[in-house]
Amino acid sequence: MGLASTLRAYPTLLRIGLAQMIAYRAEFLIWILTTNMPLVMMGLWTGVAADGLVGRFNQRDFIAYYLAVLAIRILTNNWLVWELTMEIRQGALAARLLRPIHPLVAYSAMHLSALPIRALVITPIVGVLIWSSGDLLTAGDPAMLAVFVSSIAGAWLILFLTMLIIGTLALYIDSAMSVFDLWLAIHFVLSGYLVPLELLPSWVEPIAMALPFRYTLAFPVEILIGKMSLEVGLSHLATQWMFVLGLGVSASLLWRAGMRRFVAFGG
Amino acid sequence: MRRYLALLAIQTRISASLGMQYRFDFLLKGAMSLFWLAVTMMPLWALFAHRPTMPGWTFEEALVVMGFFVLCKAILDGAVTPSLLTVVEGIRDGRFDFTLLKPADAQFLVSTARFEPWRIVDLLGACGIFIYAFAKMGRWPELWTLLLSAGLLAMAVVLLYSLWIMVVSLSFFVVKVDNLGYLMASLFDAARWPVSVFPRALQLVFTFVFPIALMTTYPANLLLGRLDAGTTIVCFLGGAVFATAARMVWLRALRVYTSASS
Repeated sequence: MGLASTLRAYPTLLRIGLAQMIAYRAEFLIWILTTNMPLVMMGLWTGVAADGLVGRFNQRDFIAYYLAVLAIRILTNNWLVWELTMEIRQGALAARLLRPIHPLVAYSAMHLSALPIRALVITPIVGVLIWSSGDLLTAGDPAMLAVFVSSIAGAWLILFLTMLIIGTLALYIDSAMSVFDLWLAIHFVLSGYLVPLELLPSWVEPIAMALPFRYTLAFPVEILIGKMSLEVGLSHLATQWMFVLGLGVSASLLWRAGMRRFVAFGG
Repeated sequence: MRRYLALLAIQTRISASLGMQYRFDFLLKGAMSLFWLAVTMMPLWALFAHRPTMPGWTFEEALVVMGFFVLCKAILDGAVTPSLLTVVEGIRDGRFDFTLLKPADAQFLVSTARFEPWRIVDLLGACGIFIYAFAKMGRWPELWTLLLSAGLLAMAVVLLYSLWIMVVSLSFFVVKVDNLGYLMASLFDAARWPVSVFPRALQLVFTFVFPIALMTTYPANLLLGRLDAGTTIVCFLGGAVFATAARMVWLRALRVYTSASS
């Protein structure tokens, strides 16, 4: 099936994805509510910062930071890894391969269509963020806003491609979910989800810079709440999109090699 | 009573051999547990790198709370969640009928259906945390506080189990609740902090509505010798009330069960 017909089918795929999301709305909302750690951490750090600065952060910075973390995490997250490993294990991938559209295109449509609902869910969070710390946000500056929006797109792509790679690993090894568990543990620390990266011990900094984790969360957040200058932001943006490119190439190579090994279970 | 003890022994043996069957997986998960333990500690380290104390707690004292958190979490993930997830699955696909037909109490059967033996690694990790914390403080808890905290910990397990049973009872009405389990687990994560660091309203919620303070902060205070006798007794009473309520909810819910196949 050529590019033209794939493009023609894409809007329909997006609509199907959206309909599925709405059909399981309660389930989806509960999933969203499990992302509550940033609020707990916010309560904790604002308590600690009551008697003065922690690093560069005062109480209001912590509130802005964790609200931004919460909103961006909900917006950019996906569950491709669970879906993919399950479909590979149970053989449902075979049915997808029979369809005249590439499975990866179908997956991407499925998860892109979740974005409007995710955006809807974070609206109140963004509202509180603007109300409580509007003066800290950099979104008024067009250049910063452009960097921020591109960084969100990059973050979404890095997360999607990473989950694709880890999910595809299920074609090679049985314990792909354990790999994901390991990835998630590192992600919690190095993406700035638990604690702002600059508050971690200083030896963590070079490690965090060399790995893709921080570009999925800490980078957009720091840009948004004015903790990063435009020049640094631009160089980070370049690095982020290098990671997107690298992960994209690896994912497609891994997928193609995996397809040659794939034997549907029970088929 | 003897019969139920024998049943418990059998169920445990089955779980243990099931768990040991995949030896590599067992090791891998054990190692992962230790790694997660380090991740759990990360915010605590970061916090105390910037401040010598947090409101009312030194680093070593906060470590004791963390120790109780790791213990409770290991028990929750290793003994409570897996069993009760099997019930939810059974209710959805109708296999729960077989459990009901067995000549033993259904709640007992479903609650002991599955254990995950590799969580023992976490129990050892928790003991390590306790020993480290008290060695750094340079004093050791007295024997009677140790015994009392063990009692309070048992009460914490009862509380956790009761909360879970109530969530599972919900699945008789709304079927799909494994999600709710994840939600509960994520809320339970807040138990790693002494409850006094949270804003006042949250403290009340964490003590009376979703009583995670009773599971970690109170036992830690007891072990540190800071909990008075009256509060201790109230804790035990509260746990007993919760457990009774859970049993009643379960029996109520069982009455509305209609098999998935009929």
